[in-house]
Amino acid sequence: MSELHTLGVTELAAAIANKQTSSVEAAQHLLARAKQFASLGAYLAFNEEATLAQARAADARIAAGERTPLLGVPLAHKDIFVTKDFPTTAGSKILSGYQSPFDATVVAHLAQAGAVSLGKLNCDEFAMGSGNDNSAFGPVHNPWDVTRVPGGSSGGSATAVAARLIPAATGTDTGGSIRQPASFTGITGIKPTYGRCSRYGMVAFASSLDQAGPMARSAADCAALLTAMAGPDIDRDSTSLDHPAEDYSAAINRPREGATAAQPLKGLRIGLPTEFFGAGCAPDVLVAVRGALAEYEKLGATLVDISLPRTELSIPVYYIIAPAEASSNLSRFDGVKFGHRAAKYDDLLDMYKKSRSEAFGPEVQRRIMIGTYVLSHGYYDAYYLKAQQIRRLIAQDFQSAFERCDLIAGPVAPTVAWKIGEKSDDPLANYLADIYTLSTSLAGLPGMSVPAGFGAGGMPVGLQLVGNYFKEGELLQAAHAFQQATDWHTRSPSGF
Amino acid sequence: MSTTHKSLLVHGYEVVIGFETHTQLATQSKIFSRAPTAFGAEPNTQACAVDLALPGTLPVMNKAAVELAIRLGLALGSHIAEQSVFARKNYFYPDLPKGYQISQFEIPVVQGGEVSFFLGDEKKTVRLVRAHLEEDAGKSLHEDFIGQSGIDLNRAGTPLLEIVTEPDMRSSAEAVAYAKELHKIVTWIGICDGNMQEGSFRCDANVSVRKPGGALGTRREIKNLNSFKFMQQAIDFEVRWQIEQIEDGNKIQQATVLFDPDTGETRAMRTKEDAADYRYFPDPDLPPLVIGRDWVEQVRADMPELPRAMAERLVRDYGLPEYDATTLTQSPAMAAYFETAAKASGQAKLVSNWIMGEVSRRLNADEGGMASVPVSAAQLAALIARIADGTISNNAAKQVFDALWTVEGSDVDAIIEAKGLKQMNDSGALEKIIDEVMAANADNVAQFRAGKEKAFNALVGQVMKASKGKANPQQVNDVLRQKLQ
Amino acid sequence: MSLTLSDIGRIANLARLELTEPQSERMLTQLNGFFDTVEQMNAVDTTGVEPLAHPTAVIDHVSLRLRPDVASEPNNREANQKSAPAVERGLFLVPKVIE
Repeated sequence: MSELHTLGVTELAAAIANKQTSSVEAAQHLLARAKQFASLGAYLAFNEEATLAQARAADARIAAGERTPLLGVPLAHKDIFVTKDFPTTAGSKILSGYQSPFDATVVAHLAQAGAVSLGKLNCDEFAMGSGNDNSAFGPVHNPWDVTRVPGGSSGGSATAVAARLIPAATGTDTGGSIRQPASFTGITGIKPTYGRCSRYGMVAFASSLDQAGPMARSAADCAALLTAMAGPDIDRDSTSLDHPAEDYSAAINRPREGATAAQPLKGLRIGLPTEFFGAGCAPDVLVAVRGALAEYEKLGATLVDISLPRTELSIPVYYIIAPAEASSNLSRFDGVKFGHRAAKYDDLLDMYKKSRSEAFGPEVQRRIMIGTYVLSHGYYDAYYLKAQQIRRLIAQDFQSAFERCDLIAGPVAPTVAWKIGEKSDDPLANYLADIYTLSTSLAGLPGMSVPAGFGAGGMPVGLQLVGNYFKEGELLQAAHAFQQATDWHTRSPSGF
Repeated sequence: MSTTHKSLLVHGYEVVIGFETHTQLATQSKIFSRAPTAFGAEPNTQACAVDLALPGTLPVMNKAAVELAIRLGLALGSHIAEQSVFARKNYFYPDLPKGYQISQFEIPVVQGGEVSFFLGDEKKTVRLVRAHLEEDAGKSLHEDFIGQSGIDLNRAGTPLLEIVTEPDMRSSAEAVAYAKELHKIVTWIGICDGNMQEGSFRCDANVSVRKPGGALGTRREIKNLNSFKFMQQAIDFEVRWQIEQIEDGNKIQQATVLFDPDTGETRAMRTKEDAADYRYFPDPDLPPLVIGRDWVEQVRADMPELPRAMAERLVRDYGLPEYDATTLTQSPAMAAYFETAAKASGQAKLVSNWIMGEVSRRLNADEGGMASVPVSAAQLAALIARIADGTISNNAAKQVFDALWTVEGSDVDAIIEAKGLKQMNDSGALEKIIDEVMAANADNVAQFRAGKEKAFNALVGQVMKASKGKANPQQVNDVLRQKLQ
Repeated sequence: MSLTLSDIGRIANLARLELTEPQSERMLTQLNGFFDTVEQMNAVDTTGVEPLAHPTAVIDHVSLRLRPDVASEPNNREANQKSAPAVERGLFLVPKVIE
């Protein structure tokens, strides 16, 4: 088969299972394609030998009659996940050439499910950014318009999936890093409940916010990946929730109470936060989002107005908590045990300072500075503690909202993808662009982005869906129903 | 509390000492990783990915470390926090792999409590502020690398319980007595191996001086005192130094100092100018530590009897003097040895004398612990029974004990037989000997009758000699006196 | 409340970062710009509100999981030190540490 790259996870798994193709053929095809479109900047590392070895193993399991949803399907990992078979950089010069002695739990889970690792995907340095223009290894380009950003920080994952370089990829979301790039590139991505996927082996950015999730072309494919990725990691991650793994693929097709063929979402109450539909959101984005919501009404859902009054506060709260945790998490990069060490230095202190200043990018240094300051003597209460208190209020706002609705919907981001370089000199502008995704992360709630149409410049627009804790199944089902009725998610950028 | 006791002044100054003791908890694995904690392994062979802070690693708490902390809390009458919080203490140092130490800051697991002990015959009580769980750092080796240091992270992540006191101690002697009592308790309840050479029990002393009744002086912290001897020397030097400074009109600057055993002096460490700003915040990788009452009660049920309580019981049940009881409760082994022998022989005081005498003397001689005593408690009991029933004299008993110690023999009665140490209790035979001795020493007899007491002793000596030491001295006295009437 | 260049210097030192003169100037502007947006937090009354450290603690009690005390990590020194800048005889080498 020559058009293997056009197949999604489920279709490709079927084609491999039916011997129409093999895992090895699929892997070779996608490796070639990845190299063909190297200029997109999506990939940071390959290990053809390891990839093909995994593919051969998968083909052997299939020959032996084994059938599992991901068996033999090539996937790629955001370079924030540590891997034994590939170097791991987290998009930072400070880790260039770093070789992890172990695999992240999420990577191991997908491998056990039979998926094949094709390579590592570019991202903003330490996942800090919303344009993927903070990678030490160059920007990633949006396949819908290569002069635009793919969003961030999981920009490499988003571009690779959107450009049909890979059927699905892993991503991580700390303040919107799965949902926003998914929205900018017209793919589907879900950030599960905080603690649903193990953080072991994810290079830590903000420990109380980081969460892994799948990025793919459809909700069904995301469901297949998340089923393998999620689940407790009792031995390795103290924040991993002791909540049994679920079969999300089954969940999305499970008929809802009182559903009909015409109205699969009958009775579903979707809450619309007035704060998400204000002047802050670009008209072209609102048009696409409203269109999608109208479709949901056709599917039987009812729309209710709700309020998340502290939405605007989520920006300062997030940009205090995340940098504070990051400033501490990034202290281990000191040039002693691993990573970059300056070539010239006078003494120990100088070695620390030169090694870190040389190898951390500007945005990372900025956040380390903010985080160090808000934790420093005399400022902790006014900033970090206060932010954590408001964080609780924000989380409580969601709980009261969920008394009136089952899901919350709105835009993922105020605009479509911007031009590369457009905001790189203005960190604050970048921070403000995260306004609709931050509150969900602060509350640790599951959220996703579903392709909902196109806006200015023919760029994709995503609809954000937010569920209550552990409602990933309900979220994916709502997205799946929408995708059964629409074809936004099947559109691919011309030339890919 | 000790401040109510009279405190000894040094050149008119009152000494104020508080302690921070780092006790390495006796666990198999590290506090947040599954790497072993054994001492002395090859560099970095016991430092796993978590201990090295490799990217992506996360901490997972060791249950045993918590349980040992609960034990200490119960032993010292502290409050065990239902919920305590792990915090990050941020600072850069090569032996601190993550760039922060996971410790407890605002809410420690053990709160309050006290340690009581005797300083001479004065009972002292030192109040505890807290004891918190934290991870140990690695080691920097400065030797054999020119201009560089080698970092060994085997020790990184070893569980520590840092035990912090109020500034209740008023002399170096009291400080050492406190440290010895704490050392005894942590080893007694088995939470720490107590090995000070290997750094399992490290004390930091906060020392300041003030005019009696005055406000607390500025303190200097003497770090890593790992021997009781150095502890006393270091504090005494520090106190003298501080008083001299003040007398010379200088202000004491708060500082961290190290004691140099070679010079016997303390010197200020090279302090990091930002040392004060640790940027503590709750560790987002670790939810709050919750300890249920049921768990605490379960630990309490498994607690051994504590030394002080046991000493009081020995006084009560065996009628021992306080001094004996305290000496016999130096270690669980010694106390157990005493109780077994005392029960078997029914001669508590005699057993106590023998343990504090012969046993301890020989132990000190060959520097072994109770475990290395070759004479079993049962053997000692049998021996003491023979003294009590007059079968052998004390001197003979010492010979038997020697035989037991050198494992020349194992059965007390057999040894007595073999060495012919039985006392002669047959009065007929004794009278015969006495008559002979009196006949052969008429002059002594005459002198005694003339009122010379000394002559009597000479006769006793002759009789004992003639009986080859087997005669019962008391009996000899009695019979001889009658005959001399 | 506005930061000064000396604040930037103090924070950079705490964070073990070395900023050039122009970098410090730029950092100062950017941080002050950011902290202006933080001001709005002061308007929120948080008296008696417990800080939220672990998100799901909003809906139910989150407590630390404890693992059994088993030493099961094998010696993996070679792999663990693979990416170390300077190692000799199994020790990580650093510029002399002076105490």
